[in-house]
Amino acid sequence: MTAWLVHRIMQSLLVVIAMTAIVFVAVNVIGDPVAILISPDANQAERDRIIVQFGLDQPLWRQYLSFVGGAVRGDFGNSFVYGMPALQVIFQRMPATLELALGTLVVSVAFGIPLGLYTGMQPNSFLSKLTLSASILGFSVPVFWLGLILIMFFSVYLGWFPAGGRGETVRVFGVGLSFLTLDGLRHLTLPVLTLAIFKISLVLRMVRAGVRDVVPQEYVKFARAKGLSKQRILFVHILKNIMIPVVTIVGLEFGSLIAFSVVTESIFAWPGMGKLIIDSINVLDRPMIVAYLMIIVFLFVAINLVVDILYTLLDPRARLTGP
Amino acid sequence: MFRTLISTAVASLVPVLACAQTLTLGLGGNVTSLDPHYHSAGPNSAFAYTIFGRLTDTDENSRLEPGLAESWSLVDPLTWEFKLRKGVKFHNGEDFTAEDVVFTFERIPQVVNSPGPYTSYLRGIESTEIVDPYTLRVKTAYPVPTLPLMLNNIAILDSTTHANVTTEDFNSGKALVGTGPFKYVSGSTSEGIKLTRNDDYFGTVPDWETVDYRIITNSAARTAAFLAGDVDLIDQVASSDVARISQAADAEIVSKVGLRLMYINLDHSRTENPVFLRDNSGKPLAVNPLKDVRVRKALSLAIDRKILVDRVMDGAAIASMQYMPPGAFAYADDLVPPAADAAKAKELLAEAGYPEGFQITLHGSNDRFPNDARVLQAIGQMWTRIGVRTTVEAMPYGPFQTRASAQEFAAFLGTWGNDGEPGIGMTNTLATFDKEKGTGSINRGRYSNPAYDEALAAATSETDATKREAALRDVMHLLIEDMPILPLYIQKNTWAVRKTLSFAGRADDATMPQDVHPAKQ
Repeated sequence: MTAWLVHRIMQSLLVVIAMTAIVFVAVNVIGDPVAILISPDANQAERDRIIVQFGLDQPLWRQYLSFVGGAVRGDFGNSFVYGMPALQVIFQRMPATLELALGTLVVSVAFGIPLGLYTGMQPNSFLSKLTLSASILGFSVPVFWLGLILIMFFSVYLGWFPAGGRGETVRVFGVGLSFLTLDGLRHLTLPVLTLAIFKISLVLRMVRAGVRDVVPQEYVKFARAKGLSKQRILFVHILKNIMIPVVTIVGLEFGSLIAFSVVTESIFAWPGMGKLIIDSINVLDRPMIVAYLMIIVFLFVAINLVVDILYTLLDPRARLTGP
Repeated sequence: MFRTLISTAVASLVPVLACAQTLTLGLGGNVTSLDPHYHSAGPNSAFAYTIFGRLTDTDENSRLEPGLAESWSLVDPLTWEFKLRKGVKFHNGEDFTAEDVVFTFERIPQVVNSPGPYTSYLRGIESTEIVDPYTLRVKTAYPVPTLPLMLNNIAILDSTTHANVTTEDFNSGKALVGTGPFKYVSGSTSEGIKLTRNDDYFGTVPDWETVDYRIITNSAARTAAFLAGDVDLIDQVASSDVARISQAADAEIVSKVGLRLMYINLDHSRTENPVFLRDNSGKPLAVNPLKDVRVRKALSLAIDRKILVDRVMDGAAIASMQYMPPGAFAYADDLVPPAADAAKAKELLAEAGYPEGFQITLHGSNDRFPNDARVLQAIGQMWTRIGVRTTVEAMPYGPFQTRASAQEFAAFLGTWGNDGEPGIGMTNTLATFDKEKGTGSINRGRYSNPAYDEALAAATSETDATKREAALRDVMHLLIEDMPILPLYIQKNTWAVRKTLSFAGRADDATMPQDVHPAKQ
């Protein structure tokens, strides 16, 4: 187990290093952040001073080396735009994105699995067929369109939910959480719904396929013959055996929820990390882009780790081997 | 039972009355820092001026008004004297005196990590002299007639409260103490900032007890929030949303001509072997046609500015042949945008030696200015009609900026946002690029006309305002004679407001809660 963990960590470090090098080169090629950020009133002397201040007059390899030197000490550089350490800016916005991601995860699992089980066990009922058709719509519809339609309908027409923003927060261990207040939940509903509809459709179809695959198996017939209750068969024998693909998908989707929630955060003016990254890319705030991508890589690595460990719990045949 | 009904009715009125005292703004500009000296950008400044005061204010047409300075005058061409207002207090009770102004001037160059410092507004200041606590003399190294206008951008801090203050102190809210019409209560740019009225404000006390200052950068989200009733006023309304909002019963659109000129910049840096210019068979041209004033005038005449403004910009701009809008300082009544004349344009081209026209590529951004890509495409079609076959290439602002600054284009989109006077714009965009003199820093086309440079330098150092205005008008005429750039239009600033509010709009596009009032009944 330890060997496997160490192996995994070394791999991820390699990915991170490669990624930072690529981002450095890519951002450098796109353009000049100083030209974008500086006041047009400034003259050439002031422009040059800022270029030196950001270290952009150095050759690229030297900039990269000084970045690596800082990174090893935990300093990923100051954002060009905010003037604060890039990591600090990201961590300030992280709770909001995590809240959105976890909320969506909970909702999609809570609705997706039962619906999937139902449609799998009763494939010919009218409700099943309706749910399946709806799920096709669910994962085909683009997120930004869905978000805007929900705002138009529930906010502008009906006025039940606010059109955007995050609600009041309650400080827990220094972190502001909004799902603990009623106002926060009202603000959370539409963004979570927008993201969850896609995830629910995905989860429910996976679960249904798994159920259809598992139900004709010998051991299920045997369990029924043994006289076990329906609940026990469903929730212990069937469910556990279909979870592996579901866990994989949910893990990957959770990662992308955190990393790439840009569209939803833009539409709902949700103050999270996703919006931060797109704004940073637009103004070529390189320290921010690099810091953000490093966090995302670590995040995906961690999620994959958790998923792999879950495999061994779910399926005793699985071993932690290989790459 | 009756009594309960009455008390419930009264109780339910209370939140309504309290709400009447709260203004909720939904603004589109991203505020990147609460430090008023950190980054000179429109959204940051607009927020700063709710909390901090400045020596001079500007009205909605960007004309100077007294602020913390009651009056100012030139003692000699190199010395400005400001008479400061007496009895002004900072939000924490400290007195405002000349010492605070000097402290502010000294702090600005010391702000660290700034991507766009405010030092450009203090350019030319050599020293300050505190004559008495309410009289300040500012000595400049060369005549700076527009110093009061420059100081309109400088938020004044308190020498006691803000000694050794850092940008972090401002961002956390601790140091947000000023002489402005509102006091900071709580919040940050992510969750919205709460402000409360400063009852001891030296100017007109604002109408709002509390202000909820929210940043909503996505235009569709901003409009949705307004239509859903979450916010009372939004700025930067997309031209496509104007119709929908005008239909709403309780809302109206407020629009004011702004100060941002959009123009087409032309390459003057190459006489031979120009880039992105080809003859009709596709072979690169040997000589740069854009160096010939007749070609430039032809390209300008081909552009139908009326169509650009009415159709492409949906009325959210006015056609312009100069830097300033009507009513502003140094606006020249006789420089009117000409009607498009394709025949005359073709004639001019033939005269210049291009009777069959030529091919050109027009570059610009597609995500930075309202309708930028559409405007480029419209111009491309207009030029093609006179024989200048145009290929349009629109790209994200980042790469476009970088390449334009390196003189990589032949014809490309340019813009300048004026403040109250055109002098600095005309210097930065079209004076000869000279690092030592500090001129032409955004002269991307590298236009160089010594006569223009001389006339402009003389005009901008003229200390008498009336003479300066006349001189600047003359320089503008000189410029249009030579047509180094093709001015297109000046953008209008658009807001959506509830009918229960009255807001006149501002030419500089700053949306400040002290300018919003309940509508007169």
